[in-house]
Amino acid sequence: MSEQQSGSPPAPSQRPPPAARRPSASFSRTILDAVVKGSPTVVTILAFVAAVVLGGLLIAFSDTTVLHAWSQFFSAPGNAIAQAWDAAAAAYSAMFEGAILNPHTVSAAFHGGSVGAIFYPLSQTASDATPLVLTGLSVAIAFRAGLFNIGASGQWVGGAIVATYLGFGISLPPVIHVIVCLLGGFAGGAVIGWIVGELKARTGAHEVIVTIMLNYIMYNFLSFLLGTPKALQQPGQSNLISPPVAASARLPHVGGPPPQVDAGFLIALAAAAGVWWLLSRSTIGFRFRTVGANPSAARSAGMNVEESWVLVMLIAGGLAGLAGAAVILGPVQSITFNSYGTYGFDGITVALLGRASPVGVVLAALLFGALHAGGTAMEAATQVPSSLVQVLQGLIVLFVAAPPLIRAMFRLRAARAAGLEAVPKGWNT
Amino acid sequence: MTTLAAAIRAPVTVNRRLVAAGTFIAFGLIDILFGLYAHRGDATFAFSVSGAGVHVPSIHAPASAVAYALGAASILIGLLRAFVDQPPWAKRLSIGLVLLFFVVSLLCWAYAGSAIPLNVVNLLQGTMNLSIPLVLGALAGCMCERSGVINIAIEGQLLVGAFTAAVIASVAGLWLGVVTGSLAGGLLGSLLAVFAIRFLVDQIILGVVLNVLASGLTGYLNDRILVTHPNLNTGLTFNPVKIPGLGDIPIIGPVFFDSTIFLYITYAMIILVQVGLFSTRWGLRVRAVGEHPTAADTVGIRVLATRYRNVILGGLIAGIGGASLTVGSVGTFTKDMSSGLGYIALAAMIFGRWTPLGATAAALLFGFTNSLQATLSTINVPVSSFLLLMAPYVATIIAVAGLVGRVRAPAADGKPYVKA
Repeated sequence: MSEQQSGSPPAPSQRPPPAARRPSASFSRTILDAVVKGSPTVVTILAFVAAVVLGGLLIAFSDTTVLHAWSQFFSAPGNAIAQAWDAAAAAYSAMFEGAILNPHTVSAAFHGGSVGAIFYPLSQTASDATPLVLTGLSVAIAFRAGLFNIGASGQWVGGAIVATYLGFGISLPPVIHVIVCLLGGFAGGAVIGWIVGELKARTGAHEVIVTIMLNYIMYNFLSFLLGTPKALQQPGQSNLISPPVAASARLPHVGGPPPQVDAGFLIALAAAAGVWWLLSRSTIGFRFRTVGANPSAARSAGMNVEESWVLVMLIAGGLAGLAGAAVILGPVQSITFNSYGTYGFDGITVALLGRASPVGVVLAALLFGALHAGGTAMEAATQVPSSLVQVLQGLIVLFVAAPPLIRAMFRLRAARAAGLEAVPKGWNT
Repeated sequence: MTTLAAAIRAPVTVNRRLVAAGTFIAFGLIDILFGLYAHRGDATFAFSVSGAGVHVPSIHAPASAVAYALGAASILIGLLRAFVDQPPWAKRLSIGLVLLFFVVSLLCWAYAGSAIPLNVVNLLQGTMNLSIPLVLGALAGCMCERSGVINIAIEGQLLVGAFTAAVIASVAGLWLGVVTGSLAGGLLGSLLAVFAIRFLVDQIILGVVLNVLASGLTGYLNDRILVTHPNLNTGLTFNPVKIPGLGDIPIIGPVFFDSTIFLYITYAMIILVQVGLFSTRWGLRVRAVGEHPTAADTVGIRVLATRYRNVILGGLIAGIGGASLTVGSVGTFTKDMSSGLGYIALAAMIFGRWTPLGATAAALLFGFTNSLQATLSTINVPVSSFLLLMAPYVATIIAVAGLVGRVRAPAADGKPYVKA
């Protein structure tokens, strides 16, 4: 086992001998092991690097100036490479400035400018990450119970509709109004999730089909409400848009003037903490994980599998609904027919990148939030379309999901399986 | 195997027969409601298209009376289902009849007293056109999943097929567009195959990720290149080809034999996949690999090669479906134009229980409801078109939960095969 020939592809069934994991390893040794053997964290970082490199090539070779320079590669090879490098570097540095830190604001601060402006990109990242944390948690918690929730998008709509109604339809004192709207959002999403769980538990209807169908049902239901004058449409409007939520229902900023953070982000972090507690410290969470790992074992142990499905889908739907409420009450304030955007589907990639763990989901959502915030800035500064972000997202998750590929690319030794374990494996579960 | 056996033995909490009967009776009651709320007068159904040689007379039906009769018939079918043991063909026939009755009473209600007749032929033509990408996508799914690889990436395969076909057709002609569109789908299929079979990535994850990638890539290239170079996205389309003889038959001709080349490709694919999978040695081997790869390996079938081949073939078929979205209908590529059709095709495949004919029937159902919605939105129906758009999805949930229930995928679907 230990005398593996170098260069041979790693056999997936291979397990490292137990003696290899000595508990008394020093800190530096641990780091070295992680890098050489490709721990999950290292694989994630390398996946990010690989995706950025491929994305850079895509930026460079879709640029007309660069393509022109490459058509004269044999007369001026240096120029061609420099042009390609410049195009990718310009786009990526604009992205970095929009998502993390803009050096200009730092130098401006030294010359009497606003200090708060330095933190503007980070606030933007946190704001973009907020719904992704929540939809990511929604998909992740369902994963842990062995269910594949493609329906975070529809559940998002369910939550957003209820939150919007409560936001402009009733008047309550400021703090209470926000809380009522958030709870309403959770409930709105939870109902949609509950339908999925209940149908699966009672009739065996597969959750993938039901969630896909419910997505389209909810999109059309939203448009129906927005297109019906006395339902959700703003009076005097012919467009599909709702009235804005009342000022008392808006999520406040915490800590403004900048540096500031949307209260929604704190709610998302609290939800992540809650999901962490639920999954790893509560009886219900233990049941979820057992059902996810092996439904028949769970049933033999006397657990009610069907009830777990219903409950976990209810919570998953609620989290996605909360994401809808956080977006409506936070940055946008009125719902339109396509407000749901890609939050639900981004949630799937976030959950996958975060390996379906709450901490991982928060980190993955921050990364994708940064990509989104940076993508908008990049498009404004360099005319590179922000749809590049979606390509990067896809590539990162693709590489993360295939540790053997990353190990082969970076010539790492085979290590313990670092893939995504706690996910449904097929239709017949 | 024990897991699967236990999952099948899971306690069934409903009596399927009663649920089916209840669903039928509910449909019957809705039919009667249509009758109650219909305007006075006849609903007119026209069966001829302009320029046809033979004129088929229109039917004037007394709307309310027809709806009442059909509702009563549906309730009767429901009662029969509840109290009489029926062979499988009768169960399927009753599902079909109840759905048909529902649609006819809906149309009676919508067109009662209307000055404009409903042109049934146009409705069915629309159904065929809207079904083409769904059928091809669902067939692609069958090809992959019968060999044991889950294909959620149908959506992405449609999208890259549509993009490539539109661009190549603009520069090199329509036929090359179709071929390269198909190849683009096959390329995404081969990515799916390599990652699923060689790198053992979870296949559901992989499919979703490939969809994200396809949507991002085509969206990026669209924003970056096609928007500034409209000459790469000129919007050429195929002209309809009428089959001599068959195309002149009243009603049937215009619906089935007077369309773009894609409809005929679709017919060929349905036959090829159905016959190939269920009546040839090759198909038997594919299904063996999908059900029990170890046994297949033992008798000398090359499991991994079979899976690679099927996943890539599936991608090629879905790529043609994608091409039909651009060069077969609207011509130009627009961002995310597949708009969930791949997921619908996936649902159609599951709904059709992983059989090509079943999947085709389910895809036609989706195509029909979409065509119906498009037709109804042209007349003044007192129901929002968004509610009508919801109908096929609601119907699918009802069907999956109430009529189909637990479906069984090929036993090894989604499970990577690693030689012991």
